[in-house]
Amino acid sequence: MNAIDPQAQIQAIIDAHSGLPGAMLPILHGLQDALGHIPETAIPLIAKALNVSRAEVHGVVSFYHHFRTEPSGRRIVEVCRAESCQAMGAAKLEAHAKAILGTDWHGTSPDGAFTLEPVYCLGQCACSPAIRIGDEVHGRVSCERFDEIIADARSEA
Amino acid sequence: MSTKIFVPIDSTALALGADKVAKAIADEAAQRGADVQIVRNGSRGMAWLEPLVEVETEHGRIAYGPVRAKDVTELFDHDFLQGKHHRLCHGLTEHIPFFAGQERLTFARVGLTDPLCLDDYAARGGWEGLNRAAALSAADIVKQVTDSGLRGRGGAAFPTGIKWNTVLGAQAAQKYIVCNADEGDSGTFSDRMLMEGDPYVLIEGMAIAGLAVGATQGYIYLRSEYPHAFKTLKAAIGKARAAGFLGRDADHSGRNFELEVRLGAGAYICGEETALLESLEGKRGVVRAKPPLPALKGLFGQPTVVNNVMTLASVPIIMAKGAAFYRDYGMGRSHGTLPFQLAGNLRHTGLVEKAFGLTLRELLYDYGGGSASGRPIRAVQVGGPLGAYVPESQFDTPLDYESFAAMGAMVGHGGIVAFDDMVDMAAQARYAMEFCAAESCGKCTPCRIGSTRGTEVIDRIIAGEERPRNVALLKSLCDTMTAGSLCAHGGMTPFPVLSALRHFPGDFGIADTDSQAA
Repeated sequence: MNAIDPQAQIQAIIDAHSGLPGAMLPILHGLQDALGHIPETAIPLIAKALNVSRAEVHGVVSFYHHFRTEPSGRRIVEVCRAESCQAMGAAKLEAHAKAILGTDWHGTSPDGAFTLEPVYCLGQCACSPAIRIGDEVHGRVSCERFDEIIADARSEA
Repeated sequence: MSTKIFVPIDSTALALGADKVAKAIADEAAQRGADVQIVRNGSRGMAWLEPLVEVETEHGRIAYGPVRAKDVTELFDHDFLQGKHHRLCHGLTEHIPFFAGQERLTFARVGLTDPLCLDDYAARGGWEGLNRAAALSAADIVKQVTDSGLRGRGGAAFPTGIKWNTVLGAQAAQKYIVCNADEGDSGTFSDRMLMEGDPYVLIEGMAIAGLAVGATQGYIYLRSEYPHAFKTLKAAIGKARAAGFLGRDADHSGRNFELEVRLGAGAYICGEETALLESLEGKRGVVRAKPPLPALKGLFGQPTVVNNVMTLASVPIIMAKGAAFYRDYGMGRSHGTLPFQLAGNLRHTGLVEKAFGLTLRELLYDYGGGSASGRPIRAVQVGGPLGAYVPESQFDTPLDYESFAAMGAMVGHGGIVAFDDMVDMAAQARYAMEFCAAESCGKCTPCRIGSTRGTEVIDRIIAGEERPRNVALLKSLCDTMTAGSLCAHGGMTPFPVLSALRHFPGDFGIADTDSQAA
């Protein structure tokens, strides 16, 4: 198998989006979808393509909660902390998630399988509390249900 | 003849296992040699019954829910394909009291059809509004919208026709329609349900807006927390373009309208219209000072209509049935309907579209069925994280923009989150400040610094340190944030904080009189 030059891969993603008006976010999404995070080495390439300073690119990356500059665990587990989920026991679920995954917010479980992130509303307020793993959402998540979902995700990972 | 079975593809249904249910039904039918056609529809909005499976019979659609994959064999055994009774059967879907009492205008089609089927959309009145608009002058379209009394459904309730008229009158080579689909408020999900359940109505509304103001490019700014809505919108835009409703000669109007969906990146503040525009331009989501209004200098400095999903999705029915039809719903200066969203600790959660003017008590008890926990409902947050906490004594206030504003609350986007008597209102007030700090764009000091100081002051009140002095300080701080913040983020965080303090002083460890005195 030929190793893909990582900088060439980054450049290809940038080139695919740089013609769009307001191309910054589409580029960053493209990079994160492909690589799991925005590598430091991408910053000067984005700056050059969009004719802005590296500081401006860094400013955008660091502004948005969704973008990460370090690799995450294999799956990202987002637990909703917003009001509707609070009303249905989210605080208990948060504590349980931290204990089961062995990490605090923004950290990764010791086996590298899951990164735990807070999220403020998944739009699943009619079936609170809710969590998201990748592009899958789950509603009415009790602590027991959380364990089942994590076990399923672990077997898929 | 094959039996039609509806299994929703709405993400709430998926979050509760709808895909597994659909597969179990297909497998069971194959095994039994039953001739079924499974349609993946939007949600009917009765979330407590999701996954809600419907079977089409000669009498209408019969509802079964909540169905789990392991219930499927039993449903077949009980002849659910003929609509026969079973413990999960609720009879005709449209006779379920939660649904039967609604006035569905914006949500007329949601849950009935396959969201991406263009034939279904056209067969149920789709494109009628755009067809009418295509035959009208721009000024006449704007007049219809103005006369309907439609106000911005994102929360600010600004008259839509007046905003459109400003953009129509602006002279520029390029104008834009931007749909604010950054539905970040907890307790709200109507935008998501509509985008997943009837995406063409939003596309139609945006195309009408384009014709009305002379804009040729539209953007839907969608939050990244909605991956299912993103896929649905992308597919729907592609199909609508291929069918000629978008593009160089949109719906044979002779006018051009293009549309693209863009993803946000997890910043609550980007629901504020100027921060949203900055984000679309590829910058940090930092709020702009107004004026200039986005209607005159919006996206890339050009005249721009920025409207919420619900606002734009209400336009097609206004154009199809006329301004008077829509205007006749509602009360006072709140015309039309609002899709209310029942969330949090309620037995019957989901979407209730009603004309303005019903009371919170009707929504909470007649529709919501009281608390899910069976305990008394103590406080209700209306209008998202920046909305006030409403105590039981105010549950009889009619839901219209002016009545809620008069009591220091807001209807906002119609999100309603119920809490039972286990809630600690001091903790909720603290959370409001903490959330404000986490999501502040940082441009203005009252919001950026005030929210952090606010969290600290509430901590001192909770800890019992010099309570009267700290309560006075908190009120003064809230006054500064209300009057001095650049946008509603810092300007309205005092709503939940002060309403919690005013109505539930005991939770802060203070007697009623102390909180009034300060």
